[in-house]
Amino acid sequence: MQRLPAALKLGVALAMIVGTVLAPPAWTGWFTGVAAVLALAILLSRIPLLFLGKRLLLLSPFVLGAALVNALQPSGRAQWMVLAARSALCLLTVVLVSNTTPFCDILRVLRRVQVPALLITTIALMHRYIFVLAEEAERMRRARNSRTFHRGRRLRWQTLATVVGQLFVRSSERAERIYDAMCARGWK
Amino acid sequence: MHIPDGFIDGKTALATAALSAVGVGVALRQVKRELPPRKIPLLGLAAAFLFAAQMVNFPVAGGTSGHLVGGALVAALLGPSAAVVVVTTVLIVQCFLFADGGVMALGANIFNMAIVNSVGGYAIYRSVSRVLPGVRGRITALAFAGWCATVLASISCAGQLASSGTVPWSAAFPAMAGTHMLIGVGEGLISALVFLAIQRTRPEMIAGNGEPGQPRRRGELVRYGLLVSLGVAIFVAPFACPWPDGLERVAARLGFEHKTAQPLLHALAPDYQVPGIHWAVGATAIAGAAGSLVVFALALLLGWLLVPKRANGITGGLKDA
Repeated sequence: MQRLPAALKLGVALAMIVGTVLAPPAWTGWFTGVAAVLALAILLSRIPLLFLGKRLLLLSPFVLGAALVNALQPSGRAQWMVLAARSALCLLTVVLVSNTTPFCDILRVLRRVQVPALLITTIALMHRYIFVLAEEAERMRRARNSRTFHRGRRLRWQTLATVVGQLFVRSSERAERIYDAMCARGWK
Repeated sequence: MHIPDGFIDGKTALATAALSAVGVGVALRQVKRELPPRKIPLLGLAAAFLFAAQMVNFPVAGGTSGHLVGGALVAALLGPSAAVVVVTTVLIVQCFLFADGGVMALGANIFNMAIVNSVGGYAIYRSVSRVLPGVRGRITALAFAGWCATVLASISCAGQLASSGTVPWSAAFPAMAGTHMLIGVGEGLISALVFLAIQRTRPEMIAGNGEPGQPRRRGELVRYGLLVSLGVAIFVAPFACPWPDGLERVAARLGFEHKTAQPLLHALAPDYQVPGIHWAVGATAIAGAAGSLVVFALALLLGWLLVPKRANGITGGLKDA
């Protein structure tokens, strides 16, 4: 599963998602088919089931909201089930693909389907620096926690906002350094 | 507000994807034209920043916590087109890497959060800060813009859900707009506080601060405005009027009403039966109008409280710093 070409996986996943969204609820064959393909893919990819289960539980506030709306009316339950099944199948597909495909391969496919280069550069940079900045934010949070002791809510909001502002300042500075480094390595 | 797959039907997905593609295309062209090559990595880093900033939780009353969405904030910091690119990037990565928001719904999510939220927020921010000068005015403007942008995006989202037939408008609109009128207060406050923190430490990093005058944005904003109004016309307008819309009436008169295609996704609630629910739509609209006045007054108060008078004129080399 991990060794399949990314374009194939993305293509099949996209087809499955489009089909699942568009298929009328009466086509139970389609839904079971998709579920079977997904089950096979889960087996082949050897992703722990617990991980997938946890991800599914966090489905979305939307599904809950729709459940709430449908609880108010007589025939809502069956339709909510269709909605939840659709969302769950699509979500599983995306989780499977994203966990078995390196992100740079996904980017390569996007480049091949003529997504603008500027957007791809931005996505690639973002993906590279998400984890760096998340770590930086965590460090700043720890530093603040070890230095401030006040309990007031107002001050807490203000310190948090300062941390976020500082994070922006640091990422802008990092962007400047990255540009220099890119130029030094021959980026046009 | 990330719509998952299954909540948006085929026609709505197609329409939102087309609108978003045009919007992002306009934004990319604009960014290429106005941004110096030095600033190109900043887009990626700003996207990573937005992602990291969204993970910082702010305490809200009653032990719950909220987090920043940030379209209006990024637009105020970097300009509207850069903000569209940045938020779009965040949404694409969230969709493909973290399965947050659906693949078929990506167009709708980009339309709501990258275009309506950022550009709408920016337009409000610009027009308010033009009326109210100084740092105080900007803080007020951003706090108000953050609230408006959140509510606008939620209304657009409700319209898409309703036109997909997933949730009826009479339930989606009060639920979405109502909750986001509360969430938006936090969003506006955080945006303003973060903006102020940057303004205090590194004012030169805010777009438009170092230059002699603010860059002209009229043409750019008009283009986005057209897109957004097209979206509103498609998704929100059919529901906002209490009487049957024009198309239905024409269909009824021509007698092919019964021939209209069966919807691909059956409406979850074709005829809403709970009494008083239509009243809720009107009440939400009235609450929104009143709320915007209250929030504007609060934003004025916020700017007045946070920015001391002597610091008001200092806008980082713009005038007299």
